[in-house]
Amino acid sequence: MGFFKNLFKSREEKQKAKKMELGLKKTKSYSFSNLKNLLESKKKVDDAFLNELEEVLILSDMGMDFTNTYMEALRKDIKKHKITSVDELKGILFDNFYNMYKGRENQKLNVSKSGPTVYLFMGVNGSGKTTSIAKLAYRLKNEGKKVLLAAGDTFRAAAREQLETWGERLDIPVVSKPDGSDPSSVIFDAMKKAKAENFDYLLCDTAGRLQTKVNLMKELEKIYRIIGRDISDAPHEAFLVIDATTGQNGLNQAKVFNEVAKVSGVILTKLDGSSKGGVVLSISNTLGIPVKMYGFGEKAEDFDNFDIDSYLYSIFNGVLFEESETE
Amino acid sequence: MAFENLTSRLNMALRRFVHKDYLNEKDIDEMMKEVRLSLLEADVNISVVNSFVNDCKQIALGEKIMKGLNPGQQVVKVVSDELTKFMGSEESSLVLKERGVSTIMLIGLQGAGKTTHAGKLAKYIAKNYSKKVLLVAGDIYRPAAIDQLKTVAESVNTDFFEMGKTNPVTIAKEALKKARQESYDVVIIDTAGRLEIDVPLIQELKDIKKEVEPTEILLTVDSMMGQEAANVAGTFNKEVGITGVILTKLDGDQRGGAALSVKKVTGVPIKFSGIGERMDDLEVFYPDRMASRILGMGDVLTLIEKAEDAISEEDSQKLMEKMMNGTYNYNDLLKQMKMINRMGKFSGLLKLIPGMANIQQLKDVDDSQFDFIQVIINSMTKEERRDPSLIAMSSSRKRRIAQGSGRSLSDVNKLEQMLEKQKKTFKMISNMDESRLKQMSERFEKGEIRGFDPNYQSHGKGRR
Repeated sequence: MGFFKNLFKSREEKQKAKKMELGLKKTKSYSFSNLKNLLESKKKVDDAFLNELEEVLILSDMGMDFTNTYMEALRKDIKKHKITSVDELKGILFDNFYNMYKGRENQKLNVSKSGPTVYLFMGVNGSGKTTSIAKLAYRLKNEGKKVLLAAGDTFRAAAREQLETWGERLDIPVVSKPDGSDPSSVIFDAMKKAKAENFDYLLCDTAGRLQTKVNLMKELEKIYRIIGRDISDAPHEAFLVIDATTGQNGLNQAKVFNEVAKVSGVILTKLDGSSKGGVVLSISNTLGIPVKMYGFGEKAEDFDNFDIDSYLYSIFNGVLFEESETE
Repeated sequence: MAFENLTSRLNMALRRFVHKDYLNEKDIDEMMKEVRLSLLEADVNISVVNSFVNDCKQIALGEKIMKGLNPGQQVVKVVSDELTKFMGSEESSLVLKERGVSTIMLIGLQGAGKTTHAGKLAKYIAKNYSKKVLLVAGDIYRPAAIDQLKTVAESVNTDFFEMGKTNPVTIAKEALKKARQESYDVVIIDTAGRLEIDVPLIQELKDIKKEVEPTEILLTVDSMMGQEAANVAGTFNKEVGITGVILTKLDGDQRGGAALSVKKVTGVPIKFSGIGERMDDLEVFYPDRMASRILGMGDVLTLIEKAEDAISEEDSQKLMEKMMNGTYNYNDLLKQMKMINRMGKFSGLLKLIPGMANIQQLKDVDDSQFDFIQVIINSMTKEERRDPSLIAMSSSRKRRIAQGSGRSLSDVNKLEQMLEKQKKTFKMISNMDESRLKQMSERFEKGEIRGFDPNYQSHGKGRR
């Protein structure tokens, strides 16, 4: 039993995990603090422990399907290995999370082999699409990349201004059209500009839409198609932006958006809040869509790549591994 | 979808029961497992679920099983009734001052829908209360939040107030000053989205509250929220104090268990629901609809309703016969009152249908009338209830009943006359032809037939 034993053998990986943990600093006291408390406070594996563990998973919004599957596998392992102490169980707890997370081989951001790399941002209203775009743009610009933004939300009041304000702050150009224009045409123009002027990255904003709105989902399908028509392997990433407070509807969101535009990764936002965002585990488990980035604050730099290994490491740090030394 | 799994699981659980008259503990436990799962899948907070399921279990123990239902369905009925009761059967309206400026603060997490709902609320208030509204831009942090509110204000034809990135407390203060000077009725302050654990920003809300002493502080809650909804709402309430909730994005396919968590933790009413992106898409919140949405189990609930209908239909059949053959008595009157009473929340709905609100009868039938009738009938002997003529012929009986019920003799007389009038009407109706019946129901709708006239509920042709 033990992926985890091999996980962080290299120094580099430990460094990486440590960096992510720093990023998670704000969320740390909330995310999985319940799990930690449980593992630290209980010694014996009994019904009371397992019930509490189940509650912890549910409270993290992992959903009943995920929780039941997880608990079932765990119970089997307990029986098979005749486990009685919580200490013995920790490694298995970790492994089971690790095994149920599908899509970890695709955690890295895809880039274009030639020509501009195009990223599409989708999601329900208020999930944090525009802010995520600004944050990613800020990072790419700091890496010396030439970035273009497309104001594809032509519906919500002042959505364009919101992106333009970010554009001004970060000194990044924004392609936009008056409110009410066809969003596909904004994206189309932006694609043309990105190609003609040799931009490295084009980040496309879209209007927030609930997945139940048939017409709006059709509109999104059209946008997705247009991006693919101009540059054959684009969009290189189609991100579904999910608010960490989201409950089980997150899975429905992923399913329906994935039908319209193949979702390549999730951006989990607002992880600085008290919510745990556990629905992403059930999304990855059911649909094989990994989390690629996460946001944890209102500043442009409050954003990072997501990496499940480091994430799990940060959760189990001090419980499973020795507490990481402070520098 | 998870929902379908649930339904089939539920049916599996139901199949195990044989028909019984009363619920026993084993049945209940079996079903409560499914109910618990269902509520958790709907994102109701787990501690709320646990205590709720426990309460339901106590109530369900020993409950008589209704005709047409099996034990499992009976448990779902108990749960559904409790859930509805818990969510509240009444809609809760906005509190506005009679005189002077009312202030409404909108607060909540980022992306919950505050700015959009500030606009919707402005439109709603202008339309339904004919008040002069001022929208105030208090979100100085998010890029273009002020622009957004300005655009929203324009689209709903409402005046707009901003001071750029001035301290929000000053903005609120100045807005209120302007509102007083220029005789606005309602000021709606949009505030920046913030985490409930963000100490300085929560302090800012407290400061605004202290400055403007709002009439309403409405927390906007995204109805897609998961387990944390309980804590978030609880903390906002504890820190700032809220008077109501706006539940947003209810036009999605989420079950919306957050509504239950929020209600349980804060105890404040959910006042509105956001049901779309247009400025008209704001509705008064209907607690009973939400209850059945959260519980899911739509098919079981429909079945329960049918069983209930079947029973009342049986009752009304019997009543009809009694009316027509002239043996109608006080027992029947009471039963009829109870039947109508059961439709209480229904009459609330009826009032929402255009035109219906003006029907005199709906205005006249109020709870006090039910009470008055019930109290008097309860003071009658069994014989008197069965045979109204006993009372009609004896003034000493009437005096005794009046004393026993604490009502006046004239009240007892009124009730007696009511019963007699009803019997007369029934007789008349049973002799009527189609066209006369139609005429009568038209007169009724116009309100020409005054007072409580129960034959309308039962003569059959008008309603069903």
